[in-house]
Amino acid sequence: MNDVRFHKLLISLNALIPLGLLAYDGYRGQLGANPLEFFLRSAGVLTLVFVLITLAVTPLRRIFGWNSLIKFRRMLGLYAFFYACIHLVTYTIFDKSLDVPAIASDVWQRPFIAIGMLAFLMLVPLAVTSTNGMVKRLGGKNWARLHKLIYPIAILGVVHFWMIVKSDIFYPAIFGLAVAILLGFRLIWSQRGVADRKVATEQN
Amino acid sequence: MAKDKILSSEITPEHVYLNRRNFIRAGLVAGTTIATGLTYRFFNPSGGVDRVTSDIADLRPAAVRSADELPNSLADITNYNNFYEFSTDKRAVANKAEALVTRPWTIEVGGLVQRPRTFAIDELLRFDQQERIYRLRCVEGWSMVIPWVGFQLKELLDRVEPLGAATHVAFETLYDPKRMQSSFSAGIDLPYVEGLRLDEAVHPLAILATGLYGRQMPNQNGAPIRLVVPWKYGFKSIKSIVKITLTASEPPTTWNIAAPDEYGFYSNVNPNVNHPRWSQATERRIGETGRRDTLLFNGYADEVAQLYAGMDLAKYF
Repeated sequence: MNDVRFHKLLISLNALIPLGLLAYDGYRGQLGANPLEFFLRSAGVLTLVFVLITLAVTPLRRIFGWNSLIKFRRMLGLYAFFYACIHLVTYTIFDKSLDVPAIASDVWQRPFIAIGMLAFLMLVPLAVTSTNGMVKRLGGKNWARLHKLIYPIAILGVVHFWMIVKSDIFYPAIFGLAVAILLGFRLIWSQRGVADRKVATEQN
Repeated sequence: MAKDKILSSEITPEHVYLNRRNFIRAGLVAGTTIATGLTYRFFNPSGGVDRVTSDIADLRPAAVRSADELPNSLADITNYNNFYEFSTDKRAVANKAEALVTRPWTIEVGGLVQRPRTFAIDELLRFDQQERIYRLRCVEGWSMVIPWVGFQLKELLDRVEPLGAATHVAFETLYDPKRMQSSFSAGIDLPYVEGLRLDEAVHPLAILATGLYGRQMPNQNGAPIRLVVPWKYGFKSIKSIVKITLTASEPPTTWNIAAPDEYGFYSNVNPNVNHPRWSQATERRIGETGRRDTLLFNGYADEVAQLYAGMDLAKYF
């Protein structure tokens, strides 16, 4: 097995450990008095964790020169989508028993659910276009432009989390801070890029 | 000899190289998975707290049952608690609440009363202790059935003789900053305060609970004494009470201060009044998989609906 394949396996193994432990705790009846709510919340938090890890790839490459991380970025993003699917399935099937009117009124009446749904819908095209073939078909530039959707998705995800807590905003605030830092890098770099180009054109 | 020439004796034999690589890979698999697993465990500790409190003497068997519903297990009742003074994580409260000191304990009863006085907990435990099996509906959309032990709040209020001017009753939870978290961490103003209208407070269903399952109150459930008003959302049933004051106006209440558009003073269980974050039409009974329809006044409409006759329950939510 070559190194890239091994590292992908290593990432998958680690990415599935939280799910494995959730399942193990569930099997032992150790998810607390309200296992469904705990599972739902955990899958949601794990989605955000993988969105953050995916967003961390570019800063890590630029700051530390760990360029080979790019090989794993799409895969990390897919794990975010994987946990988002589990989150959504838990809510629609296990919590709401696929009661469509109840789900529809939930989305309509509770903005935090609408925001979560919107973020999920935005993740779908990113997951669909994550194959090598799709990158080629779209062309690198278009592909990169489409995948900038991850920025609003990250923000919507944090807002969704923030709105569900009653008063204990600690964890949403931590995630919010992380997203702000990770997106902040990009803002600074793009500003600097604009400045550099300006200097370059003025010199021409 | 050229500097960059590598002697064949210096080349690592292939089998050694592969072994070393496999060894490093095995180490990476073991190291990272253990680290990931421990990180998960750090944020999601498993297992609950099983603490046995002493029996309550002279307990009268269930006087008021909530129909044919079985009570939740002691493990569920004592390991899934909202008690923000200790933690905002319902599963972490049991552990953290072990720090609560419940003896000595007194409740100061005053305000608009004829005979203000302070009651020691041991005196209150000698009041007529009855078992009351009530539904508890949390505003978050889950519910339990709990076999409380306690006495009617009216019994205490009668002893201090409320004045004619008294219209409301205000309650206050202990705030012990050395053992409880700060208001900042909890995200709500502390000490926790709650209130009832006087006619609600003297209703026969309103009790001061001193225990559950025949034993004294576990710390995480609001030891040593707490309010239970079963027709209102759980947060109205204030825990670990140190002060009760009769007033002539509606007293401030903690969650109403925190978010007045979400939590009203009355906070009667009502499937028809929407909450921005939780469906109040249905609820998950802890221990069940599906959802149940939520009942008006949590199923106690026959007993309490007349308290609100003529009131617009959507306005006074």
